[in-house]
Amino acid sequence: MGRTLEEHTHYSRTATALHWLITLLIAAGFTLGATMADLPVSPRKVHLFAYHKWIGITVLGLVCVRLIWRLTHRPPPDEPMPAWQRVVAHATHWLLYLLMIATPLCGWLYSSAAGYPVVYLKIWQLPDLVAKNEALAKVLVEVHGFLAWTLLWVVVLHAAAALKHHFFDHDRTLKRMLGWHRHGNTRSS
Amino acid sequence: MKRNPLAVFGALTVATAFVATAAGDPSIDAAKSTIVATFKQENVPVDAPFKTFNGRVDYDPAKPNASKAAIEVATGSFDMGSADYNSEVKKKEWLDSGTYPKASFISTSVKPGATGHFDATGTLTLKGKSQTLTVPVTATKTSTASVFDGTLEISRAYFGIGSPEWKDTVDDKVRIKFHLVE
Repeated sequence: MGRTLEEHTHYSRTATALHWLITLLIAAGFTLGATMADLPVSPRKVHLFAYHKWIGITVLGLVCVRLIWRLTHRPPPDEPMPAWQRVVAHATHWLLYLLMIATPLCGWLYSSAAGYPVVYLKIWQLPDLVAKNEALAKVLVEVHGFLAWTLLWVVVLHAAAALKHHFFDHDRTLKRMLGWHRHGNTRSS
Repeated sequence: MKRNPLAVFGALTVATAFVATAAGDPSIDAAKSTIVATFKQENVPVDAPFKTFNGRVDYDPAKPNASKAAIEVATGSFDMGSADYNSEVKKKEWLDSGTYPKASFISTSVKPGATGHFDATGTLTLKGKSQTLTVPVTATKTSTASVFDGTLEISRAYFGIGSPEWKDTVDDKVRIKFHLVE
């Protein structure tokens, strides 16, 4: 009984690994995206665009894996907290999933509309989602940027809440996602 | 479709539109035609059209050997889809549109192939350099127009297009695909 409870207090290694890997990729992808567009024309700019696209497609793929994992594995139960915080926390999580899919997908759409297809890792050319269309590309790049900034602010909210639980509420909300706990190496969550 | 002296007479007597189709001086309908260069940067194929060009193809299926083609392209009309890239590609290191505003292909001989196909050999002049090329062309005749399709491949290095810093980013080979409606 005690062991079962212990097992369910943390996220699984798979969930934890995906969480932090995607965190790093989003940070890198966002930083590139926010800076590369204003660079003067140069080979470096072309390379940075390529890396940005590869990161985005990787996030899209990993989030799909993560979503399947999340839907087939029960996460640990919530730490004790007021009902409104629980609602906000869960809403934030699902909004993050939505944005983590919508942002790269919109970037891919934009690439197609702009006539610059995505060639993942310089090897695999992904299919164009829409035909080349300059007017559509102008809209999609704006939407992509809006989604990315929204994602950033929701991530900030999510991280601030985790830190608040850790430092002010002294609960396990953050710890259960840190991965180096002693008992939580279970496949059940 | 040779220039026909009768056309002069015809123009005096028949409606101009009729003359243009029946005995006029056919030339490429730029609005219906396309000339698109496909280059690869970081292995990403990008299609970029030349927006301005003109010329004519004289092709008679009965006398293919007598066929002729002359096409002229405005190098400054190359459209990569964004203003900063378009101005970059006009620079000296690339197409140098200021010094060489026109590129051209003038046929020197035409060798007929299977029905509807011929090989056009001619001189491609680009950025002040010339190269003799043979281009396989497919000719299609519709009720209102003659259509010529083909692709040629050129080397950027041969024509001195692109500064060395781009050597590893943009492929040397560039494919130019044309669809000419006359």
